[in-house]
Amino acid sequence: MPTVIPHPTASTATAAAPQRLEGYNFAYLDEQTKRMIRRALLKAVAVPGYQVPFGSREMPLPYGWGTGGIQVTAAVIGPDDTLKVIDQGADDTTNAVNIRRFFAKTAGVATTDRTVDASIIQTRHRIPETPLTEDQILVYQVPIPEPLRQLEPREAETRKMHALEEYGVMHVSLYEDIAKFGRITKSYNYPVRVNGRYVMAPSPIPKFDNPKMDRMPALQLFGAGREKRLYAVPPYTEVKSLDFEDHPFEVETWEQDCALCGAGDSYLDEVIVDDKGTRMFVCSDSDYCRERREAGHQGDGGPA
Amino acid sequence: MSEARRRLLMRTDWGIVYQNARDGLRMKVSAGANVGERLMAIGDRHYGHIRAEAVDWLERVEMDLGRIDDLPATFSGGMQQRLQIARNLVTKPRLVFMDEPTSGLDVSVQARLLDLIRGLVGSLGIACVVVTHDLGVVRLLSHRLMVMKGGDVVEHGLTDQVLDDPQHPYTQLLVSSILPV
Repeated sequence: MPTVIPHPTASTATAAAPQRLEGYNFAYLDEQTKRMIRRALLKAVAVPGYQVPFGSREMPLPYGWGTGGIQVTAAVIGPDDTLKVIDQGADDTTNAVNIRRFFAKTAGVATTDRTVDASIIQTRHRIPETPLTEDQILVYQVPIPEPLRQLEPREAETRKMHALEEYGVMHVSLYEDIAKFGRITKSYNYPVRVNGRYVMAPSPIPKFDNPKMDRMPALQLFGAGREKRLYAVPPYTEVKSLDFEDHPFEVETWEQDCALCGAGDSYLDEVIVDDKGTRMFVCSDSDYCRERREAGHQGDGGPA
Repeated sequence: MSEARRRLLMRTDWGIVYQNARDGLRMKVSAGANVGERLMAIGDRHYGHIRAEAVDWLERVEMDLGRIDDLPATFSGGMQQRLQIARNLVTKPRLVFMDEPTSGLDVSVQARLLDLIRGLVGSLGIACVVVTHDLGVVRLLSHRLMVMKGGDVVEHGLTDQVLDDPQHPYTQLLVSSILPV
């Protein structure tokens, strides 16, 4: 169970900045590449939700493991930053551990598990439960940046649809859900409209996290390495989930609270705990859960 | 005219019925969504309303309402063609282009489809440009007729006039080539 195994480096406090590896440029990428990415990011911030093409580089990890996010982080990180990396909300999963180590080695930056201590948070598939501040940057790893892709396979056509604001087709897929199941069943990567203009894929975060993107004080950056696209949501920008007037957007709810910390307001993972199929529900955000437990909150411990 | 304006016209004032229904339909979404798509494309965001319009239009083109949530791929050629017509007419266009709407269908289906098109065009007051090589369809549907050959118009006029008294050799060939039943 990910939430209770202590992470090797997971001192609860910020780890001291480790020694940087010799022979690499700061944060792995060369300066020209970082400059190219920063230029693309500036454009992305200037046009919220617009997918900016960029020259994605080969990174020392496979596509689908965060090559886009890691390049964005490399372009914005500085020696004084503190990095937190999460995968599905947890700091101690393979993807998160590897990327955190990567930057500890190539940039020599401090890393942390604590959301409040981090200045840059790279994430795969979650937004931390603890509200983010103006001093933080959230970097998303994005597999498929084009929200229209499933409905329109041609890239030239989707770009035209974005340019002309032809977004009716997005609602066709929502219509299909309601016609088939009586409600909108899309539960992750739920399409949003940014600043009243571009329809954007929020990366495969659960729709539970969509409302957190709306007017978030932190800067949100999105990187898709394989698809070679960057996009951004500047601080305090409106992010609205698509819906119908008579079928408004809703987030997931659970019948139980977190079995470990008793939180009733966080996104819960269902965990199978033995071979008989006994299950318990725990916070997916491991830092949030630990902080609550340290503050004295307790869940009912799940199945006896 | 700008491309944005042209594409807006395609969703509102114009309709296009393709010869091959697969080109004009979204094959991976249900019949209801196919009809509703144009409504959503012009800003309708009320599911109940979109659904009601889809039901209404499927009824008007004589489709079985039990098939509203089925994929067009499971429909026969005639049903796909009727679905395509419903999908185009739902935004009440003023001009509809039809490219060989009845070719490839069996004759009984053709007859019903022609009846349907004629009824809808009459009741909605739509202008319709139909491309066809079937002179029977021409005689039944159209008021005016243009004969084209090699990309040029070789003869045009009132349908009956052209068919009964063809002037151009090519039109004469066409008219004389109809097989007597």
